[in-house]
Amino acid sequence: MQLNVQDLACVRGGRRVFEGVSIRVKARGGVALTGPNGSGKSSLLRVLAGFIAPAAGTLHLEGGDDETPLGAQCHYVGHLNGVKNAFTLAENLAFWAEFLGGGDVAHALRVFGLEALGDIPAGLLSAGQARRLGLARLALAPRPLWLLDEPTVSLDAGSRKILAKVIREHMKGGGIVIVATHMPLGLRLDQELKLGASVRTP
Amino acid sequence: MKEFISLVRRDLRLARREGGAITTALGFYLIVVAILPLGLGPDLNLLSRIAPGVLWVALLLAALLSADRIFHNDLEDGSLEVIALGPLPLELVVAAKSLAHWISIGIPLAIAAPVLALLLNLPGDAFWVLFLTMMTGTPALSFLGAIGAALTLGLRRGGQLLSLLILPLYVPVLIFGVAAMNAVITGPAPFLSSYLILLALTLATLVLAPIAAAAALRLNLQ
Repeated sequence: MQLNVQDLACVRGGRRVFEGVSIRVKARGGVALTGPNGSGKSSLLRVLAGFIAPAAGTLHLEGGDDETPLGAQCHYVGHLNGVKNAFTLAENLAFWAEFLGGGDVAHALRVFGLEALGDIPAGLLSAGQARRLGLARLALAPRPLWLLDEPTVSLDAGSRKILAKVIREHMKGGGIVIVATHMPLGLRLDQELKLGASVRTP
Repeated sequence: MKEFISLVRRDLRLARREGGAITTALGFYLIVVAILPLGLGPDLNLLSRIAPGVLWVALLLAALLSADRIFHNDLEDGSLEVIALGPLPLELVVAAKSLAHWISIGIPLAIAAPVLALLLNLPGDAFWVLFLTMMTGTPALSFLGAIGAALTLGLRRGGQLLSLLILPLYVPVLIFGVAAMNAVITGPAPFLSSYLILLALTLATLVLAPIAAAAALRLNLQ
């Protein structure tokens, strides 16, 4: 499996956010997206997930399922957690498991150290715990490509370590990870893509 | 299909947990229907003549109250992004969420209508038509509401704009819903012709509204 991104460009609100971005990453590989605020890290991830149509360029997951759009083959974790406050943690994950075609809720809770909180409403969680619940989706349904946008926001050191471990296992299992982050994850990714150098305003 | 059902079930469970929406809609419906006779005076003949129109207009407004919530909460907490990347096409996501809105808001309003009709002295033989036409027309209200909800998603005063956008689209449903009832109460037009047009309107909406709303959602997710 290989993700090929060729000369990708993105225009938002008439402004060219980035252009000429090329990524080539094989299974078991990872890319760290870096760059200053506003350099287009989030936009790039949203283009890859299919929310934004690229202004130019191509993207293709070689060895993936050509019938399904790229978005349905990836996990996208953005700034929001996708957590329903009225549901308990287990109910939140049970819905995602059903909807995304995943499996073991108890396992996903355990991976992110939330197993003791399974029966309390998600509205009572702290910001870091809610973030962990949002990330628990990753351990729920298997998808080859992970797009993580600042996944470490509001996580403590222990949780960051858990996340790094989950990402490492995903890569070991043949997955691909693209992560935009300011904080070092404690994780060696084989590529780094610096955005911001090529930004031009017309 | 499994995903469709699980999304409907989740929205129904959320509606039950969070309450609010249906209580507001039913309360609003009751109050509008109840204060109207106070304004018009106790003329029973007049009330029973205008009852079908009043019951329908008030129902439209009550159904509209919660329509802007169809996608709003999911956008705000990020669930919509994850749902959009799921295996279900966005059109079916819209259909599932509109269906859940109908079950949680439309059906209770349609059931409440015959009770409120007592306040307006609706003729006895019109009660079953009232219930039947409302059960037939309310799905269209939820599905049309989804278009407005998707268009106004993320706007600060989305609800007010939504009323302006969607109420004109409700007009055909209103006209043929009321016409079907009047056919039974006063005649002489046949009931079936109006009712079948109402049914056709609902069926067309079930097919077309998800396509329109999904297109609007795609724009909003950019």
